[in-house]
Amino acid sequence: MTHVPERPESSARESWSLLLRALRPKASAGQVLVGVLCALLGFALVTQVRHTHASGLSALRQSDLVRLLEETTDRSRELRSRVAELERTRDELASGTNQQQAALEAATARAGTQGILSGRLPAVGPGVRLTLSDPSRVLTASTYVTILTELRNAGAEAVQVDGQRVTAETFFLDGPDGVLVDGVLVQNPTSWHVIGDPHTISQALEIPGGALALVRSQGASSTLTTSEQVEVTATRTVPELRFATPVESG
Amino acid sequence: MIALLGLALGIVAGLLFEPTVPVGLQPYLPIAVIAALDALFGGLRARLDGIFDDKVFVVSFLSNVVLAALIVFLGDQLGVGSQLSTAVVVVLGIRIFSNAAAIRRHLFKA
Repeated sequence: MTHVPERPESSARESWSLLLRALRPKASAGQVLVGVLCALLGFALVTQVRHTHASGLSALRQSDLVRLLEETTDRSRELRSRVAELERTRDELASGTNQQQAALEAATARAGTQGILSGRLPAVGPGVRLTLSDPSRVLTASTYVTILTELRNAGAEAVQVDGQRVTAETFFLDGPDGVLVDGVLVQNPTSWHVIGDPHTISQALEIPGGALALVRSQGASSTLTTSEQVEVTATRTVPELRFATPVESG
Repeated sequence: MIALLGLALGIVAGLLFEPTVPVGLQPYLPIAVIAALDALFGGLRARLDGIFDDKVFVVSFLSNVVLAALIVFLGDQLGVGSQLSTAVVVVLGIRIFSNAAAIRRHLFKA
């Protein structure tokens, strides 16, 4: 059927006339039957075309639908596990950030406290101002030490004497012209800035037989004022430790 | 002429009635249509070869359609329905092309 040899006498013109002749209506039973079949074909063709256009999934056969469903289910399971994974990562990152934030805040607070205690940072807060007027320079270093001890006992947190920050390393020395604080001669009058509980500190200094009584007994005078806003602006650099290292606490 | 008229009539009827394909027929209708198209082209070629016969056309048309549907049905039962319908479409497509080529040679000598 596929390779019928062409008859040599059929030319193009003959073929066309053959086609035209075939188009001439001949109302034989066979022709009508062929027409009916062709009508059926046209009908089925249009129906199928419309059906294919109208329906998406409903035109697929059952096995295709099952495969499609499985693929979709697999994909959604995959995506869901991915979502869970990403959420876990996000939570981890968020909690990590929180922990770091908390650690940073704690470290900052600790650094502030230790900076004030070691004299590394300027400080401000309620406290007292003490002015010692000693024109004849009768006060000795031991008196200064007494005052400082009294202040520390009263809970003073930051102390400054004439622009010198007073810390654990501060020393008072009797010099030829007067008392030296960390090697610097105090002025007259000498001003102390002390941050701490104003009431407790003033009580401690004024106690009978206490520090200010000692000052007065030596012939100098003192002025004590409490304030809600005392500034300790002097700082000192903390030396690098050469021998001591912190013990790691478990 | 009657065949052409019938074809046009069928197309118009399909457009007018907008029939829905029964679910049971859905896998077979496209194959049947392809088979019928093959028969149609075969008939046209036979006409140009001068060996057309009404009876042969009717029988080949019907047997083509039924056989194609039967093959796809069998494939569905065996679980290779989609592959087998692809195979049928390929074979029928090749036949349609060779018939069309023969018709073209007849009409245009090329």
